[in-house]
Amino acid sequence: MAYTLEINGQSHEVDLPGEVPLLWVLRDTLGMTGTKFGCGVAACGACTVHIDGVAVQSCQTTLETVDGPVTTIEGLGTPGAMSAIQRAWVEHDVAQCGYCQSGQIMQAAALLAETPDPTDDEIDAAMWGNLCRCGTYPRIRAAIHTAAKTIQAEG
Amino acid sequence: MGRLRTFTRRTFIVGSVAVAGGVAFGAYQVLRPAKGPGAPEDGLRLNPWVLIDARGVTVIVPRAEMGQGVQTTLAALVAEEMEMPLGDIRVEHGPPAEVYANMSLLIPRDYDAKRPGAVMETLYQAMPKVLGLQITGGSFSAFDAYEPMRKAGAAAREVLREAGAARLGVGLDQVRAEAGAIVATDGSRIPYADLAEDAAKIEPPKSPRLKDPADWSILGKSQIRLDQPAKATGTATFAIDVRRPDMRFATVRMSPRLGGGMVSFDASVAETMPGVEKVVDLGDGFAVVATNTWLAMQAAEAVTVEWGAAPYPAETDAIFARIEDAFADKPNITARDEGDVEADGSGDLVEAEYRVPYLAHATMEPMNSTALFTGDGLELWSGNQAPIMLQKAAAEAVGLDQDAVTLHTTIMGGGFGRRASIDFGVIAARVAQAMPGTPVQVTWSREEDMRHDHYRPGAIARMAARLDGGKVAMLTGDVACGSVMGSQMSIPMADRTIVEGIGDQPYRIENRRIRGYAADVAVPLGYWRSVGNSQNAFFHESFIDEMAHAAGADPVEFRLGLIRPEHARSAAVVEKVAEMAGWTGKTPEGVGRGVAFTHSFGTPVAEVIEVVDEDGSIRIAKVWIAADMGVILDPGNCEAQLTGGCVFGLTAAVHGKITFADGMVNEGNFTDYELLRMSNVPEFEVALMANADRPGGVGEVGTPPAAPALANAIFDLTGERVRQLPLIDRFDFVG
Repeated sequence: MAYTLEINGQSHEVDLPGEVPLLWVLRDTLGMTGTKFGCGVAACGACTVHIDGVAVQSCQTTLETVDGPVTTIEGLGTPGAMSAIQRAWVEHDVAQCGYCQSGQIMQAAALLAETPDPTDDEIDAAMWGNLCRCGTYPRIRAAIHTAAKTIQAEG
Repeated sequence: MGRLRTFTRRTFIVGSVAVAGGVAFGAYQVLRPAKGPGAPEDGLRLNPWVLIDARGVTVIVPRAEMGQGVQTTLAALVAEEMEMPLGDIRVEHGPPAEVYANMSLLIPRDYDAKRPGAVMETLYQAMPKVLGLQITGGSFSAFDAYEPMRKAGAAAREVLREAGAARLGVGLDQVRAEAGAIVATDGSRIPYADLAEDAAKIEPPKSPRLKDPADWSILGKSQIRLDQPAKATGTATFAIDVRRPDMRFATVRMSPRLGGGMVSFDASVAETMPGVEKVVDLGDGFAVVATNTWLAMQAAEAVTVEWGAAPYPAETDAIFARIEDAFADKPNITARDEGDVEADGSGDLVEAEYRVPYLAHATMEPMNSTALFTGDGLELWSGNQAPIMLQKAAAEAVGLDQDAVTLHTTIMGGGFGRRASIDFGVIAARVAQAMPGTPVQVTWSREEDMRHDHYRPGAIARMAARLDGGKVAMLTGDVACGSVMGSQMSIPMADRTIVEGIGDQPYRIENRRIRGYAADVAVPLGYWRSVGNSQNAFFHESFIDEMAHAAGADPVEFRLGLIRPEHARSAAVVEKVAEMAGWTGKTPEGVGRGVAFTHSFGTPVAEVIEVVDEDGSIRIAKVWIAADMGVILDPGNCEAQLTGGCVFGLTAAVHGKITFADGMVNEGNFTDYELLRMSNVPEFEVALMANADRPGGVGEVGTPPAAPALANAIFDLTGERVRQLPLIDRFDFVG
């Protein structure tokens, strides 16, 4: 069946069974590989995207239930025009292997949209579901604080 | 890549060669290890490439990026000598090539090289290496590349100066290399790229002058890694992100009884499911090829299979009984046998037995590779740590010559040693062979990944010591576990990974014997970040703590008393970490502190961990790390690797456990193989020291001391001695 998705401001038509998770629609059908497959059971956060600005795990969001505009890591910024949060990630030299970082950044972006100046505890709570095997957590936390300040300063 | 293939294969460049539109520089390095009877002729071998052409300067980094920052640090070695901004350098992972082989992975370094027996172990280990392994592992990349990479950069700089002076018609003393160009005293400036073809005609100096480290402007300073912008924007291409025209997506199922084979399968339902194009019988498993990975995974679930029996005991307890049986055999390796450990002596005997479970690597990017088989050729895209081995094995699997396999090594979403095993790349080649002309990406489910790892071996250690008047009169340690090297190489050998981290530690003890026993358990084993050090540091440093306690001594002072006479660099990191932590040997009620030290991969590292009791649950509050990097190439990256390595070790200590039932691994996903999270990762304070003439390892060395330092801290907090991991089986931790 054909579904129409709005992703990063662009409309896409896909013809797939409705139970296919959004993650695999993005990666395999639309070739948008910034969103990562980590566990398939909502246990790692690598596949985090936004639907209507809310962070969701795209491995558990079926195509037929997508009910709003989708934002992926590609929609947040590009290497030539990074968002404040992505710039903070680079400034803090956060990534090691980098595989989980798309999901970490999407989760952090949703947090900052809700809570512009989060405390460490608020960050820990919001980021609890995003695993990083390289152990970059301290730098992720520092980058979120930096991004919060930048976003507030830039208005 | 094609332009590289033509001249890298089996060719050493000592100097420079002209290539299409430019010039390539290489430096050949032989470092002879400690002289001894029959010492290997070849020590370190690395032939780096600096390519200058119309695109600018490209450094061919023959080591794979799996998160350790190697591509940035190795590029920095070249950038420093070439006098150009690091950000202007392009980095490429070269093709598989014997010239990139590092035959020195396990050659003892620093203190370990002086240890009796080290040379003989090296000879055993060198044999498979001579077959030509190009491996990223063993925390060896920077040590290996330190001199040749700088020499290649310096040779390029000197030749470019000569070419620039000739072009400008001025003397060599009138030109300098600066910011990617040759600049004359009158200010005229020629970018390197414009001088490439002239440079190719000039014989480079054999021993170019290397910059004095005091003049370094890039090395020794924290750099933003070159891969950060791509990784922050989702544009970095991991193997799983490779997309080819008309590609298909597949998943695989191999026997969950590892190596047990497949008796029969019925795919009749799966074949009718949406998107499914083919079910491939691999003999020892099957793959489903579909238009979408998820559809392939769903169809794989619908295949009914009868798997064969496991070639090892079916239950965890029976596996450990088999490991225990190994103690009755002859030792596989004797790492130390000094003085007389059998002599009757006075004093107190201290004995303890320790156990650790099997562990999975659990890289965030599940195993995957993409392959295109065309009948007379195979193209393979794979994030791997052993390209020559993979190329050879993939060629054999599909009946081609090795030369007919083109391998692209991508960046990896975590390696930790898992991707030094090459099974996942070979499987992709076999699946692609069934779909000639169609590129196929084969992605493992998380469950397939966790249940088909090459595991860190489960191990048992029996330790004994005699303490006489507070002095260690005798120490013995016997370790039994499966042989990682035997499992990886399929040839029996003396395996120093069974005893590394226990048989090679710089403690002065006159009567000491450390032996390793290879258990006959056919569970596939692999290199797990820090390999044998990961379990043996837990055994050794926990027992050192038990000895200190039995002797009524402070754990830091007890260690220093034994390390100071043996190795000053090691003693210095223990002193440093004690100073950083304000170690007094006393902690208030509700707080515990533990210390541990390991010398691994040429780098001494000491860690102090503080734990706090929070309503009966343990919080890992703070970690202090002191490490002697030898030479600090990038302090920010060293700090990241040390803390990341420590988190890796803490995760294993608290949660890590792979168990077996009916021959199959129980744990399948992060729901039952838990990792530390942001909310329970401690605060870190790191001190870097630099007391050697070349860099030691950094990627793995933070891991070994983590488990024993935590266990020793928990003993300080609770009075309960931990002799078995993981800790979560016995203690509650703050989530």
